[in-house]
Amino acid sequence: MYFPTSHPWTEEETLGQHLETRGVKRREFLEFCGQMALILGLGSAGTPKVASALQTQRRPTVIWLQLQECTGCVESVLRTAEPSIGDLVLDLVSLDYQHTLMAGAGHAAEQALQASMRDNAGQYVLIVTGSIPLAENGIYTTIGGRTAKEIIEEAARGAAAVIAVGACAHWGSVQAARPNPTGAVGVRQVIRDKPVLNIAGCPPIGDVITATIVHYLTFGRLPAADAEGRPLFAYGARIHDQCPRRANFDAGQFVEEFDDDAARRGYCLYKVGCKGPATFSPCPIFQWNTRTSWPIGAGHPCIGCTEPFFWDTMSPFYERMPDVGGFGIERRIDLIGAGLALTAAAGVTAHALATGLHQIRRRRNPTETPGKDAPPPEPKA
Amino acid sequence: MAVTKVVVDPITRIEGHLRIEVQEENGRIRDAWATSTQFRGIEQVMVGRDPRDAWAFTQRICGVCTVVHAVASCRAVEDALDITIPPNANLIRNLIHGMQFVQDHVIHFYHLHALDWVDVVSALSANPEGTAGIARRISPWPNNSATYFKEVQDRIRRFVSGGQLGIFTNGYWGHPAYKLPPEVNLLAVAHYLEALDWQRDVIRLHTVFGGKNPHPNFLVGGMASAINLDDAATINTERLTDIRDMITRAQRFVEQVYWPDLMAIAGFYKDWAAIGGGLRNYLACGEFPDGDVRQIDTMYFPRGIILDRDLTRVHPYDPELIKEYISSSWYEYSVGDQEGLHPYQGETQARYSGPPTPWTYLQDHPKYTWMKAPRYDGRPMEVGPLARMLVAYASGHDDAREMVAEVLNRLEVGPAALFSTLGRVAARGMETVLLARRMNVWYDQLVGRIRGGDVATFSGEKWEPKTWPATCQGYGFLDAPRGALGHWVQIANGKISRYQCVVPSTWNCSPRDPQGQMGAYEASLVDNHPLLRPEQPLEILRTIHSFDPCMACGVHVLDAHGTEVTRVKVQ
Repeated sequence: MYFPTSHPWTEEETLGQHLETRGVKRREFLEFCGQMALILGLGSAGTPKVASALQTQRRPTVIWLQLQECTGCVESVLRTAEPSIGDLVLDLVSLDYQHTLMAGAGHAAEQALQASMRDNAGQYVLIVTGSIPLAENGIYTTIGGRTAKEIIEEAARGAAAVIAVGACAHWGSVQAARPNPTGAVGVRQVIRDKPVLNIAGCPPIGDVITATIVHYLTFGRLPAADAEGRPLFAYGARIHDQCPRRANFDAGQFVEEFDDDAARRGYCLYKVGCKGPATFSPCPIFQWNTRTSWPIGAGHPCIGCTEPFFWDTMSPFYERMPDVGGFGIERRIDLIGAGLALTAAAGVTAHALATGLHQIRRRRNPTETPGKDAPPPEPKA
Repeated sequence: MAVTKVVVDPITRIEGHLRIEVQEENGRIRDAWATSTQFRGIEQVMVGRDPRDAWAFTQRICGVCTVVHAVASCRAVEDALDITIPPNANLIRNLIHGMQFVQDHVIHFYHLHALDWVDVVSALSANPEGTAGIARRISPWPNNSATYFKEVQDRIRRFVSGGQLGIFTNGYWGHPAYKLPPEVNLLAVAHYLEALDWQRDVIRLHTVFGGKNPHPNFLVGGMASAINLDDAATINTERLTDIRDMITRAQRFVEQVYWPDLMAIAGFYKDWAAIGGGLRNYLACGEFPDGDVRQIDTMYFPRGIILDRDLTRVHPYDPELIKEYISSSWYEYSVGDQEGLHPYQGETQARYSGPPTPWTYLQDHPKYTWMKAPRYDGRPMEVGPLARMLVAYASGHDDAREMVAEVLNRLEVGPAALFSTLGRVAARGMETVLLARRMNVWYDQLVGRIRGGDVATFSGEKWEPKTWPATCQGYGFLDAPRGALGHWVQIANGKISRYQCVVPSTWNCSPRDPQGQMGAYEASLVDNHPLLRPEQPLEILRTIHSFDPCMACGVHVLDAHGTEVTRVKVQ
């Protein structure tokens, strides 16, 4: 059992020395590095590289801001898989500011934040959960009497890297769904002068968050990302292409109604609204909560929560994805997937598909710099 | 003595963003203001949506009590459309909600609340042999050796001497209000760490039925997790066995770790049984139906109202008597600031009228929060574990009476001690024990039904919008870990036309109403409440944390006129 910060890691120690003093065996450490290498898509051959990078790494500071949000993303991190060794990932950092867990409150908490930003200027990793409400000069979220916008702008200035965790920090999520009463936006709409990585999902799988931190420690940079700023090691593939129920889809075996005979045989959920064909997420591969299950695995259609603006573009959640005439069903669905299903409603035009295909080409080009501004969807006439 | 104005913002170790301002005089709190500093407008987002989607939107009100809004929303829509869910679906929801209670309450005790009572630094001077002796006296839990506690202590020692304190930076270590002997501090710290691993395991029950946690999936009309003992992709014997084992491990931890720790720690803080009582009225809306949620008398936790702390009488609860007021909140009503509105007539227009940021004090302003002020028949109410246990106790609930008697007996205090900060903490523990046991009953009922051939989990007769009336409305209630929760939905032509939530933290964190009556947080902070060192407001944290604040839940807005949500098209 390793608690994130219950164990000291002095400035002088490397990780290798640190682990040794706390009794982690070399073999356990290499197993852990091997798991991380696999999650990061490096294959087992990447194990030595992860191990050597982690061993020489000094303990970096993490400042975690929680802005306009529901705390679900923090809870997700608390559920990180790989019992005991998984928590090690959080133990890799000095978590200097984190509202949900920190002992001090009020002035003591804000002092800790200021001290950490000052002492680690230019060095710390900034993790952000929650959106930034911009309407009415930002009055809809304040901490210590200051607005979320002021707080994140100050914290980002000295950050070596910025990681936006969850749909709220990514693009605003549920409070940014139409009509977005508070003018909520994601981190990239506010922090424009440095790259922001987006760990997408509502919430994301905890292991993706921890693996991203390991990647940063191992390679000294954030992992390659798609046009949405989502790391490719986790968000590079569609759910539909990795789904264990794909064979049922291809065979035309569909759940027509919840709890029908097909549902009791675990058939494909496409006809009851599954958004897997339009959703890039590692859910079927990593699964949830120490690999217990995942949404489709428990019989409910995917709602597309790793995609920007999904509350508007993927809903109604139980409506079948648009039927584009002129193709066989599989061809049709793949086209929609490629087009990211920018609307789940009827009325997709050829122009829409062209736009979507353009996006997918960008998505598949990891060398392209992540766009800073995700275009907001337009209201339907 | 001069009056000192004290601001605590942010209150940490809670869900969301909360600011407390108090006035201190001679080491006591003489006045208090609670401010919710976040507003998201989710109910406004609801208008124009498909009612079957509502659970997913409202679920995102909170990622800590991650199932409660989803279930309340499903019940509201099911009430509006007159849907009765299959008994299996009700049992599955009970199991999910029961595990939510148990996991959430344990996390609250160790990870959000314990550091108010437990001095981590003091644990360094503990004798691990002494800790082991205490552990063995109070519990048969296997991790009770001196070697084990020595190991935990060594880890803390290295941590403290390492200089990078992380989340323990700037704690109030050494504050004279910490009363535990070092050996008990060490015991609590060890279990703080164990509980982190435990919670990750038992919450997987949500993942089996709902696919993930946080934010498992639900379904209007039942549950989506189909049952088929002869298929690998459904709820089958392997999955059911996993569930049974999780319930066993949950119960064992609650009975052998959480409850003994709580009782041991409470014994050193009996003075807190006379502090922080606050309001005198308590509301419980009832929870854990035996079958149909509309059969109120089948609820495991009974419904009712306690007035003026009179435990000889339980008054009936009538949701029609709820009104929300905004005279101290940053909203405006078409009927003026002095009137209250029932949720079915609820209207809200956000209108910030406070000072510009950065704030110095809000207490000089007539409006000071994003939280509205719900009142029951004009009265402020406390909701949550204490309200539930009091209502159950006063209703003659056998299990609750037994738990209350055990607590009062072991702490050697009278029933009046329940109306306090310590009473709130104890009540949370009592209901956790009761629910950890009760989950076995629901599990056995579920398996019994499957054995009898009933595998239905969904009722689909009213699934298609063409089967719905042109207009309808429904009330979904649920007594959540933090207290009574209500969702009110109105549906017109297949779409949501109005959606309103009245949430536990809205009750407890409510500001003053037009009569000047405080909400539960505020009232508790001025009830015989010490504050020794205004610059280290440990006592404020104790009482506020005893409510387990959940701020994101408490704040919401409704667009009274129900404008259609525009959908999205591709350019």
